[in-house]
Amino acid sequence: MSDASWSQPATVHEAEFGDYVELLKPRVMRLVVFTAFVGLVCAPVAVHPVIAFAAVLCIAVGAGASGALNMWWDSDIDAVMRRTMGRPIPSGRVARDEALAVGVVLAVFSVVMLALFANLVAAGLLAFTIFFYAVVYSMWLKRATPQNIVIGGAAGALPPMIGWAVATGGVAAESVAMFALIFLWTPPHFWALALFRNDDYARAGVPMLPVTDGPRVTRNHILGYSLVLAAVAVAPAFSGIGGPVYLAGALVLNAIFVAGAWRLWRRDEAAAKADRFRVERRFFGFSILYLTLHFALLLAEAALRALDLAPAGWPVLF
Amino acid sequence: MRPDRHEIYGRRRSRNLGLGLVLLGLVLLTFAVTLVKLSEGAEQSPQAMPQATETRGAG
Repeated sequence: MSDASWSQPATVHEAEFGDYVELLKPRVMRLVVFTAFVGLVCAPVAVHPVIAFAAVLCIAVGAGASGALNMWWDSDIDAVMRRTMGRPIPSGRVARDEALAVGVVLAVFSVVMLALFANLVAAGLLAFTIFFYAVVYSMWLKRATPQNIVIGGAAGALPPMIGWAVATGGVAAESVAMFALIFLWTPPHFWALALFRNDDYARAGVPMLPVTDGPRVTRNHILGYSLVLAAVAVAPAFSGIGGPVYLAGALVLNAIFVAGAWRLWRRDEAAAKADRFRVERRFFGFSILYLTLHFALLLAEAALRALDLAPAGWPVLF
Repeated sequence: MRPDRHEIYGRRRSRNLGLGLVLLGLVLLTFAVTLVKLSEGAEQSPQAMPQATETRGAG
């Protein structure tokens, strides 16, 4: 068999190590690592730093594995979308089968190692996260319904719960609050992206909300979800992981977020196209900072508790 | 260009080196976690021993 008759695309080269790393979606992994770390540090049980490092690494690798499986499954639509056509499979740097092998091996490996390093609850949650992202979201929901990222957002919301489970061996109201924060943040974040990448999604046949229901409905949804998110994002201030620092920061961040959603809601497509979706792009960019800062505030509260600087009379409702 | 200087050898070298470092890191991490778990187990065992002695004594 000559090279030209090889079943993979003719442009597939031998991959470099960095190509495999790219399969793991390192940018997504950064947020996973950070939120999982915060979940672990906020928990009321101290974890040895070596165990904590090993556990967060397992969570990162598990998230990377689901990213590789997503790239394997979605390589056809990645190839037609401008945002994703440079990924390792569509650009011919990694073969599909290789991506599948990397994804499966790392998924199994990360779950088994997390069970050994930490506990079975954390490992079970990681296995569920990988399954949910790769199978429920990528294989089923993404091409089937405009609610794809609403339900699929659960996968991205689980890392802080896994971090919490590493420390405590269980699930608690506080870890569910962190889950809810990411879960409700995901739709406005991705719908803002979908507004200015609408042509991409339409060409690939992905039923994102702007494709199926139009930009007006999407803007309504972004505002509605942002209002619900604001209430849910402030709530952890009155939990065991919150405090006045979190409350002050969350109030400011959510005021900016809702104001951004309001500006986005008031625009029509003519105005958006006139300035090349400037408001939508800014809202999308700020949403990443918004989530990062919420978890940074939780981290600050954990540091204050560790230093015995948390106020004694602060109301803890859950 | 010499055959062993072809671009493909650079890619293979990068892959082998990367995988080697990953495996080395994994060995070191497993070793470190084992040490921590053993030391945590050693800290807990003196608390467990008197209970065991009392139980035997009570019988």
